[in-house]
Amino acid sequence: MIPAPFDFVRASSVDDALAALAEHGDEAKLLAGGHSLLPLMKLRLATPAVLVDVGHLGELSYVEDGGDHAAIGALTRHRALETSDLLRREAPILPAAAATVGDPQVRHRGTLGGSLAHGDPASDLPAVALALRATMVVRGPQGEREVPADEFFRGFLETAVGPDEMLTEVRVPKVAGAGWAFEKFTRRSQDWAIVGVAAVHNGSTGVALVNMGPVPLRATAVQAALAAGATAADAAAVADEGMDPSADLHADADYRRHLARVLVRRALERAGA
Amino acid sequence: MSILGNRVLRREDPKFLTTGGTYVDDLPIEGALWVTYVRSTMAHARLLGIDVSEARQAPGVVDVITGADVDLAPLAPFPFIPQTMAWPWLATETVRFVGEPIVAIVTEDRYQGEDAAELVFVDYEPLPAVIDPVEALQGDVVLFPEAGTNVATGQPAAGATDLFEGCEVVVRRRIVNQRVAPCPLEGRAAAAVWSDDGRLTMWSSSQSAHGTRDELVNRVGLDPETVRVIAPDVGGGFGAKVANYPEDLLVPWIARRVGRPVKWVESRSESMVGLGHGRGQVQDIEIGGTRDGRVLAYRLSVVQNAGAYPRIGSALPMMTRMMVDGVYSIPRVEFASTSVVTNMTPTVAYRGAGRPEATAAIERAIDLFAAEIGMGPADVRRRNFIPKDAFPYTTSVGTVYDSGDYDRALDLVLEAADYEALRKEQEQRRERGDVVQLGIGLCVYVEITAAGTNGEWGAVEVLPDGRIKVRTGVSPHGQGHVTSISMIAAERLGVAVDDVEVVYGDTDEVLKGVGTVASRSIQKGGVAVHRAAGEVLEQAKKVAADLLEANPDDMVFDPVGGRFHVAGTPALAKTWSDLAAAAPGGLTAAVDLEGGGPTFPFGAHVAVVEVDMETGKVWLRRLVAVDDAGRILNPMLAEGQVHGGLAQGVAQALFEEVRHDEDGNPVTTNLADYAFISAAELPSFETIHMETPTPVNELGAKGIGESGTIGATPAVQNAVVDALAHLGVRHVPMPATPQTVWRVIIEASAPATG
Ligand SMILES: Cc1cc2nc3c(=O)[nH]c(=O)nc-3n(C[C@H](O)[C@H](O)[C@H](O)COP(=O)(O)OP(=O)(O)OC[C@H]3O[C@@H](n4cnc5c(N)ncnc54)[C@H](O)[C@@H]3O)c2cc1C
Repeated sequence: MIPAPFDFVRASSVDDALAALAEHGDEAKLLAGGHSLLPLMKLRLATPAVLVDVGHLGELSYVEDGGDHAAIGALTRHRALETSDLLRREAPILPAAAATVGDPQVRHRGTLGGSLAHGDPASDLPAVALALRATMVVRGPQGEREVPADEFFRGFLETAVGPDEMLTEVRVPKVAGAGWAFEKFTRRSQDWAIVGVAAVHNGSTGVALVNMGPVPLRATAVQAALAAGATAADAAAVADEGMDPSADLHADADYRRHLARVLVRRALERAGA
Repeated sequence: MSILGNRVLRREDPKFLTTGGTYVDDLPIEGALWVTYVRSTMAHARLLGIDVSEARQAPGVVDVITGADVDLAPLAPFPFIPQTMAWPWLATETVRFVGEPIVAIVTEDRYQGEDAAELVFVDYEPLPAVIDPVEALQGDVVLFPEAGTNVATGQPAAGATDLFEGCEVVVRRRIVNQRVAPCPLEGRAAAAVWSDDGRLTMWSSSQSAHGTRDELVNRVGLDPETVRVIAPDVGGGFGAKVANYPEDLLVPWIARRVGRPVKWVESRSESMVGLGHGRGQVQDIEIGGTRDGRVLAYRLSVVQNAGAYPRIGSALPMMTRMMVDGVYSIPRVEFASTSVVTNMTPTVAYRGAGRPEATAAIERAIDLFAAEIGMGPADVRRRNFIPKDAFPYTTSVGTVYDSGDYDRALDLVLEAADYEALRKEQEQRRERGDVVQLGIGLCVYVEITAAGTNGEWGAVEVLPDGRIKVRTGVSPHGQGHVTSISMIAAERLGVAVDDVEVVYGDTDEVLKGVGTVASRSIQKGGVAVHRAAGEVLEQAKKVAADLLEANPDDMVFDPVGGRFHVAGTPALAKTWSDLAAAAPGGLTAAVDLEGGGPTFPFGAHVAVVEVDMETGKVWLRRLVAVDDAGRILNPMLAEGQVHGGLAQGVAQALFEEVRHDEDGNPVTTNLADYAFISAAELPSFETIHMETPTPVNELGAKGIGESGTIGATPAVQNAVVDALAHLGVRHVPMPATPQTVWRVIIEASAPATG
């Protein structure tokens, strides 16, 4: 319950944080809200030698109007997403999903950037980023680059953000008026999802799944079926196609597949797809 | 007008709500070292070697202790259990559960302990683990080869072969009352300081300071005169902190060895494997009777999972046996139990301790029987209740129920729930084929409180300023006893509740004590204080008579003002401070309560659940509860006990289960994986008032601490089964997780083959 010894660097700016990452290389980890990293460290499943604390950097905590998109700083807390008027209007699925993350304490500490950069398939917001077709802005020694959500999640707890890079901004297309649904299936109200579904219907339909494999996943078979004119019910029947869900305490793979089919159907119906 | 029966606010709360309590971890003990236990990572293994050389060199390490260093006899089990099943203080040859302590590391601070623990290398030779108690019974893997068996103890059946003779219907089923973790918010904790004059002060997060003191005397060999145990604020126990454990009892021994104060506070991860677990029974139920609903015979055969070292958990089936009949008058009843050791955390008492298991068995059995004969569950219950004019009632196993009125409890709860309307709505949903179906579950229970622990000590003293000091042997840890005990003294002596000081949980301040266990505190501790106050009143009357030069028989006590006067002259009254000053030896009395026996609270619960037929998810929508615990001194405190109990009862039905993989590794070792219930999973409880006083004590009070748990679990489980009954479902295992319920639905809906 106590992390292994580590050094602590409090970054004064994004540039300062990047410099610290450059200096310490693989040994270092960014610390944002700490609500994914610190539990792992307390169990000594993660033992970074240096923590570079960026959690307090105001320069990356914002929700701004970017014209055709909402620009969200990576250090924006879940609570700020939940209560943002701009997001409620332009991309209501994001505040709605953020409101289901953990409990109020978690939502006041955890950040959007941390949630995406951690790349946990059980997290809610990566699926929302996929369904919304968000774009991630990543900054590193070579400057800034944009990564589409579909190319961002690479493997289990692995993303396109390199060890010397930092996720700085998330750009979410404005979809005011679109149909949407976020279905999160849990045992207890404040649990992680056993399976979750994010669906956004805006002409075409984006559907992504929580906890149906080692990475946050787009439900490509569902989207293809819908594009080919299938009904919501028929499209949902292929929700688990190509997925390899894991078994854990709460659900075995079969049950997860079943839940994905039921929840996708419900999400599509609610989103009007 | 008496203060008893009023919703007096908790005197404890201003502190808890402002500065917070002072738990063992909060005690500022100067110079205290920290103990960290290195625990087994294997469920069953021979220890080939323990290498502590690197750990000794780690920063801040003051001492590293292995079992070879501990010169104390291992913790012997109850006399009726094979003595070879003793629990070593620190494992030396064999480990028998994941979490068993192997090494104690003493460091200057807490951080250094966990770092040094990583440098201890334990060489394990894995042995096959046995997790399933029924398998343990077969004895293919034996935990204690010297014992030659995994059986710790048992109660054989009487062996009536014709038990079910004359029954038109007999239903048999194996059900499991799963293992759960008590999860008090504060885990175990202990601190020890030896003074220069050789006296020990130990602070212990315990349900009984005196019990802990006795354990130090019996197991660590300390002289009782030199031991002071204090239970400071204790953050819950639920039975798991009644007994002590190697980790906390060793703390004073370590403090003496290192010559400095020592503290140990477990983490949640440790608590989930180190603090004892509750329940853990495999139950074979058999029930038979007539097609018109009369139950004629019932047999309950239990395999109790005692965990790796038999503790109180191994004896829980004795309590199950005492309550085997439930609220029913059944002509022929048989009970048998066997307690076996397995490679798991030892089983201990947990809220209800043996009685919830009895209730779950009979209340499931009644529903199974009702379903088989096609009769309503309420009707079958009514048909078989012990009638209210049959008390005191002696059950099939000789338990004597003091008082009860089960018909009335059921009537009240059905009316409050509007049972008929619920059944109608259920029918409509079934007809429409709704995705979300309704289930209604009943449980009518009786339980035993203050079993096996008759004595309790209480003392009352009038202070010079007229305030009252009460000492009690009960050891509150969240119940609100300061409030209820001071109400008892205040009522008797005519003083304000705030003028009563209640002292507890300190063996130097309180001569004797049993503690807060078995829902006994008011009926035993409260009664002791009530009597002691009565004695003080008598003493005072004599002193007042002397002062007023009157005959004691002419003295009148005015309970409103707390004054004595001669009949007819109230203006010339003596106050408590007058009398305390005038009494030669002061006004003081102590009562060492004996006898009185247990009491039998009862009640009826209705649970209403909704089940999502597509996903298997269950929501508890209503829980309507009649819990009759005799005379209620403070309804607010009683409701608090009922609410907490209901929550934990629901938790067992729907959420909580300690689970292991096939190698015996616990997989529910934190509160994310162990589905600990929270308020968000619960509806607002509907509690209904009913009071049937007991003749057993002068307060008329029974215990209220555990009954909510006992009634709620079967009510909720029965409701889940009821929601699926139209599919032909007769049973759903606990906890009714979404996956479990979904599988039951799938199986029931599958077209019959062949
Ligand atoms: C009790 C509890 C319940 C929870 N329940 C849920 C839930 O229901 N649903 C859910 O989705 N999540 C849940 N979470 C996780 C929560 O949302 C976390 O806050 C989030 O996953 C990580 O955000 P963070 O800011 O805390 O990241 P941190 O823990 O600080 O960091 C996580 C990882 O991301 C890296 N990182 C952080 N920021 C950046 C960045 N800007 N650029 C590059 N790398 C970065 C870190 O180095 C680290 O490796 C829960 C957490 C807890 C403790």
